[in-house]
Amino acid sequence: MKTFEQELSHLSSLITDMGGMVERQVALAAAAVRERDADAAEQAVKADREVDALERECEQFIIRLLALRQPLAQDLRQIVAALKISGELERIGDYAKNVAKRSLVLAHLDAPFATAGIGHMAELVQENLKEVIDAFGAGDAEKAAAVWRSDEAIDDIYNALFRELITYMMEDARNITSCTHLLFIAKNLERMGDHATNIAEMIYYAARGEPLPEDRPKGGAAGYAPGAEERP
Amino acid sequence: MSETMSDAGQPLPAPAPAAAVPVRTGEMREPRIAIRGLDFFYGVNQALKNITLDLPDKQVTGMIGPSGCGKSTLLRVLNRMYDLYPGQRASGEVVMDGANILDPGIDLNRLRSRVGMVFQKPTPFPMSIYDNIAFGVKLHERLSRAEMDDRVEKALTRAALWDEAKDRLRAPALGLSGGQQQRLCIARTIAVQPEVILLDEPTSALDPISTLKIEELIEVLKREFTIVIVTHNMQQAARCADQVAFFYLGELVEVGAAAQMFTAPHQRRTQEYITGRFG
Repeated sequence: MKTFEQELSHLSSLITDMGGMVERQVALAAAAVRERDADAAEQAVKADREVDALERECEQFIIRLLALRQPLAQDLRQIVAALKISGELERIGDYAKNVAKRSLVLAHLDAPFATAGIGHMAELVQENLKEVIDAFGAGDAEKAAAVWRSDEAIDDIYNALFRELITYMMEDARNITSCTHLLFIAKNLERMGDHATNIAEMIYYAARGEPLPEDRPKGGAAGYAPGAEERP
Repeated sequence: MSETMSDAGQPLPAPAPAAAVPVRTGEMREPRIAIRGLDFFYGVNQALKNITLDLPDKQVTGMIGPSGCGKSTLLRVLNRMYDLYPGQRASGEVVMDGANILDPGIDLNRLRSRVGMVFQKPTPFPMSIYDNIAFGVKLHERLSRAEMDDRVEKALTRAALWDEAKDRLRAPALGLSGGQQQRLCIARTIAVQPEVILLDEPTSALDPISTLKIEELIEVLKREFTIVIVTHNMQQAARCADQVAFFYLGELVEVGAAAQMFTAPHQRRTQEYITGRFG
């Protein structure tokens, strides 16, 4: 059974590598927005190809594992979780790429708004991503549940940013283009947070064999921010 | 293995309470056989320890566990096969239709016609296909020629062997392939119209195609019969069984719905066994 253990630990490191890569991609995209750093944006866009390649590698490895090992119980849950987590990470990478691309457009616009809120949101997303990947590595259901609960803070910032940007747009219609880009960036970050909570749910299930017991707390005032309530 | 077994008695850290006394968690149905506090001894060696288990009517119960864990012994209790050997004894209760089948007064021929058994290796008699099936029926019933023809055809049809055997009913059964022989043994078992069918590793000597046929057959047969299958193939137990019971060293460690047992068992020993960590 030793080789199977090795395969499982290889799978685990594939996921943690992918997680680290996506975490860096998010950091680059956030820097691109905050500091109008075109170089960071290019790197974030480029990194997406590596993330996609790693997702394909995970997928192929897992299909082979399922076919050859026919895992059961905890092994089965772990492997299925890894398969789904690789998909979630890939999606987070897509959002990071999207943020980076918008930052390039934004750099050419006159955007006098403080991007501190976006920066803070990106920090929280990165932190949750890091925590959730650590939880995966350790098979720590409690840590995963903590990430799952802490997504509320990200939603709250998103809702605040939404109102702030709407105000700028109402003040001056010339702000609409840049504010819309910022709004999409905030939305993308908010979605990344949701995907991190999906990962947390899978880690919890893989570790415990039961889904997370409670409904996740959601940020208030969802009505002010269309889309905040449309998460799966 | 030894180090993984050190804490083997611990339940998994699942939020659901792991029952101290295993209880069936599958779909609730009237049990066809209720086993209560069953102990079994080979001379001085105790092979089953205080087993309490329901076999639900018209469902498949899978029994899994490492060799020597007592699962085959339990099958042998269910039709009192152990009576054929001196020094083997059972105590406790195995209740079927209100009667304890362990009672000395029970009619063993009648019991074995109600609880049929199919073994690991196909065991056709050295006679024709037709006679293999008619042989058992004749022990219990007097049928006319036409009735017997009808019974043989029905049994072979239900065992999914009729199409392959109908033109060679008088040919020797030993001329059939291994998979066909095993289906013949199933036909022979169901021809006497039992209520319970015991399958002791029925596909371990068969190729994948024959195995698939037997598994499909089990799926059909469970509409009419209560089935107990002992298997070392975890995937087979997962595919065929409604409830699964895990035995270890003569004890029933855990019993539950198959889907739960193979995705999220409650007991650590079950988990270690079905994931191949020991056994």
